[in-house]
Amino acid sequence: MQLQHIFNEINRVDPELPERMSSRRHAMKSFAGIGAKIGLAAMPFLIGSIFKKAYAQSGPSQGAVLEVLNYALTLEYLEAEFYAMGISKGTALVPAGAPANAIKTIGDHEAAHVSFLKTAITAAGATPVAKPNFDFTADGTFADVFTNYATFLAVAQTFEDTGVRAYKGRAAELTGGGDLLTAALNIHSVEARHAAHIRSMRKANNFGNVKPWITGKESGIGAVVQASYDGEELTTQAGVNIVNINGTSISAAAASEAFDEGLTKEQVLSIVGPFIVQ
Amino acid sequence: MILKPSEAYSRRKFLGIAGAAAGMMVLASSCDKDDDPMPGGGVDLGSGDIGILNYAYALEQLEAAFYTKVAESPFSGITATETALLTDIRDHEIAHREFFKTALGNAAISNLEFNFSGIDFGSRTSVLSTAKAFEDLGVSAYNGAGKLITTPAYLTLAGKIVSVEARHAAYIRDLISNGSFADSTVVDMNGLDKSRMPAEVLTIASAFLKTKINAANLPS
Repeated sequence: MQLQHIFNEINRVDPELPERMSSRRHAMKSFAGIGAKIGLAAMPFLIGSIFKKAYAQSGPSQGAVLEVLNYALTLEYLEAEFYAMGISKGTALVPAGAPANAIKTIGDHEAAHVSFLKTAITAAGATPVAKPNFDFTADGTFADVFTNYATFLAVAQTFEDTGVRAYKGRAAELTGGGDLLTAALNIHSVEARHAAHIRSMRKANNFGNVKPWITGKESGIGAVVQASYDGEELTTQAGVNIVNINGTSISAAAASEAFDEGLTKEQVLSIVGPFIVQ
Repeated sequence: MILKPSEAYSRRKFLGIAGAAAGMMVLASSCDKDDDPMPGGGVDLGSGDIGILNYAYALEQLEAAFYTKVAESPFSGITATETALLTDIRDHEIAHREFFKTALGNAAISNLEFNFSGIDFGSRTSVLSTAKAFEDLGVSAYNGAGKLITTPAYLTLAGKIVSVEARHAAYIRDLISNGSFADSTVVDMNGLDKSRMPAEVLTIASAFLKTKINAANLPS
């Protein structure tokens, strides 16, 4: 192999490569795979340590990534407390059997996410944000959230679909983030599994005409949660129109369902703002 | 449809980066002739981000082919709702496949051939258990590939697709056993889904692949 020749060729076809392959990414990449070699229980600490090493000497980026983690933690606090409160109402709110079991499964995951993120942030040498005080009625908008099963599941669906969009919206900022990025992705897909199941529960109870995936920007709930669904109707990805793509019969509905869309931090904070007591 | 300027720009940018990476893929392949002791190792996914996108394209080809067969020959006892939602899934997978094909352009791998002889398409159990395996595999594949991607826009695209695969996985799992949408076989004690690296994913998928795939040049 003629290395110099190859470097020249790479520089010719992709002059920005050296810039894009920043040393920080190399640092993160060199730790790739370590997670698989150790026990799962040690993962949060390990990820925090990797993060600390790789992002040392790059202040702004470390701050930015910690900011994403604390942002995620805030959303997980919201979900974890929501399910814990719902579960505390017992069968007066959620019917026993499959429904209660599903809510328990989801609530346990959200509590685990809180614990995981707190440990990871602490291990990175930073302080996890404090849990806000929540008002799950959103100042009376969902007054019967813990007494009416339909309202409870509507808020649950909104939280889960918003959570999926929130992680997705910040993923690009973790590009090259190694095992830390993987952990965020592994939470993201669990939230999507939750969302799909809650949506099936609402459909089964005739609480809303929804499918496990999001069609257009329909919530099946009402205008009050529309901000969590606006933008999901997108049918063009990276400039490629998905409707009837390459002679297929892909409808606009299917094209929108096939790709979930992210939300910006500002959009998410605006959505969850009413649930946080200032 | 008229593209908004920002969309037209993003497509140019996407394809521009893809083109550059395709050039690198060619370079990598030519190096391989010297370094790789196993020539003729099947369809080469390529290297760098393009390799990862081709890897995703290969998995979407597999899923789309499977659900196309499911829709053509419904299993016995299928309900109207199941027919509708499995057709939705087929369309989502076709949309993913065609998106990658179009976005990759000249850098796209060829159409793969599959071996579904082990699946009894008339049997609900056989079809759903295969669907579950494919969806969980797809989720873990995207989750594992995320850290190999160097272009933020591609990571965002992968993120847009993986959550839809996770929705499919949850639905299929609930069809098999209600409440298994995120059970302990896929979600660990930290509440994290599985991630798998390409070599492991392709080993699992190889049972269904007639075309041999060469992932030797993928980043790791």
